[in-house]
Amino acid sequence: MARMVTTRNKVISTTAAWLVGFLIFFPILWMVLASFKTELEAFAIPPSFLFFHWTTENYVTVQERSDYFHHALNSIIIAGGSTLIAMLIAIPAAWSMAFSPTKRTKDVLLWMLSTKMMPPVGVLVPIYLIFRSVGLLDTRAGLIFILCLGNLPIVIWMLFTYFKEIPKDILEAARMDGATIGRELIYVLTPMAVPGLASTLLLNLILAWNEAFWTLNLSTLEAAPLTVFIASYSSPEGLFWAKLSAASTLAIAPILVLGWFSQRQLVRGLTFGAVK
Amino acid sequence: MATQQTQLLARTLLTPAVALLFIWMIVPLALTIYFATLHYNLLDPGSESFVGLENFRYFLTDPAFLASLQNTLVLVGSVLAITIIFGVPLALLLDQQVVGLSIVRLMVIAPFFVMPTVSALVWKNLLMHPVSGLFAWIAHLFGLPAIDWFNDAPLFSVILIISWQWLPFATLILLTALQSLDEEQKEAAEMDGASAISTFIYITLPHLARPITVVILIETIFLLTVFAEIFVTTGGGPGLQTTNIAFLIYSQALIQYDVGSASAGGLVAVVLANIVAFFLVRIVGRNLEA
Repeated sequence: MARMVTTRNKVISTTAAWLVGFLIFFPILWMVLASFKTELEAFAIPPSFLFFHWTTENYVTVQERSDYFHHALNSIIIAGGSTLIAMLIAIPAAWSMAFSPTKRTKDVLLWMLSTKMMPPVGVLVPIYLIFRSVGLLDTRAGLIFILCLGNLPIVIWMLFTYFKEIPKDILEAARMDGATIGRELIYVLTPMAVPGLASTLLLNLILAWNEAFWTLNLSTLEAAPLTVFIASYSSPEGLFWAKLSAASTLAIAPILVLGWFSQRQLVRGLTFGAVK
Repeated sequence: MATQQTQLLARTLLTPAVALLFIWMIVPLALTIYFATLHYNLLDPGSESFVGLENFRYFLTDPAFLASLQNTLVLVGSVLAITIIFGVPLALLLDQQVVGLSIVRLMVIAPFFVMPTVSALVWKNLLMHPVSGLFAWIAHLFGLPAIDWFNDAPLFSVILIISWQWLPFATLILLTALQSLDEEQKEAAEMDGASAISTFIYITLPHLARPITVVILIETIFLLTVFAEIFVTTGGGPGLQTTNIAFLIYSQALIQYDVGSASAGGLVAVVLANIVAFFLVRIVGRNLEA
């Protein structure tokens, strides 16, 4: 009897979960479908769900007419560059706080967290004026610099929580066996730190890729990443739904894949370790 | 001796990060405070003069400020309510035995990874367009009049889009918390004859209190400065109906080039965010000791 109930419950919860999951995912699915329609069909009422003339012409047009790859390359350089530099600065800092903590470590960590609480709009004016006077407006270097600083607290925090989980006993054991600091770092620490480093890298790539405050305000054309490129479709003249959908699909596809891999680390990274 | 060396090394390793963040925090903020006391318009260069608190008086008594403050609060409050009210049952559902759970979880989490400009434009056009949008067609199927979303209910439309983006975040955090709930405790309650409802009220809900607080605080930090979604859909309009504080400051700085009052507005935003940050930092700090 109990088994019957369990099976029935399983059927109900499975059906409900798939239904809700599909509803939440639907706008993305609808966008991907629209990207394979002609402009006429994308706009048509009643809409066709699967039985339309499938075409990839939008993907070709998006590249030809608006140089999609230029903006994609900007996104890659800006998100990748800012994340890598942030990692280079954060790894030593997090390592030092995790393995040689002092009385001040907790205060330093919380202070770093509080810099992330600063609303970007609060410092938009000075950053814009500084960028304008030193010629950093609409440059990749400028955006890399800003996004790197903006994400640095999250990078340090994530790395810190991962490093802290590496048992110190192992380090001491290695030291007892006569390992030098260099060997300890290469043979003992690094292998244990790789999963944490990888997921920190991933989450921050995602955050930088999707960042849409500084990129919209500080770049227009030359350095414009995909966030800004997509925003250009909001102008009233030229509502090309199929092309908007194709450009959007290309813009979110890589991040969706990365994101799905990193969903577990996401919770930890975005809650600063408050929920694990 | 060795420990002293290690400590020196540790401090050296920490310095670049601390120095950078310190400069990042202090220099722009100091400049914002400085600009906020100036009459400074980029269209009128050379006329900068000290005006004391005049910009604050102007910004705070500007009817646009009250409207945008109200919009900010409505937006933050509504999105929080929607994501928690739908997030809790959704997390509970995903915590059940579900066939193909990993795929369902992928579908649920997906909106969080979509860049804000994409989700805003896809919703605005493909779904909410009053003539050719999917919602208009569904309304037509049921014989209802189509809603002109961004004219009839602009702020609600923006809220809807942002809630869709943040529901996955709330759900994922609550689900993670639920999975750490001790199964034995629940089983014991069931053995004692507790109904599903009282198990939920007396065991599950108290366990969720902390993650819910975390969700509220973190979402608030991000939602206080929502920008891109408004920028690409409504541009703050019609009128001021979807202008929040972040958008108001942006338009004063980069459209009207009024550096002085935009800076004053920026400081108001900093103060608002700090009230939230104060509580968040305390919660995280408590966790650090445990």
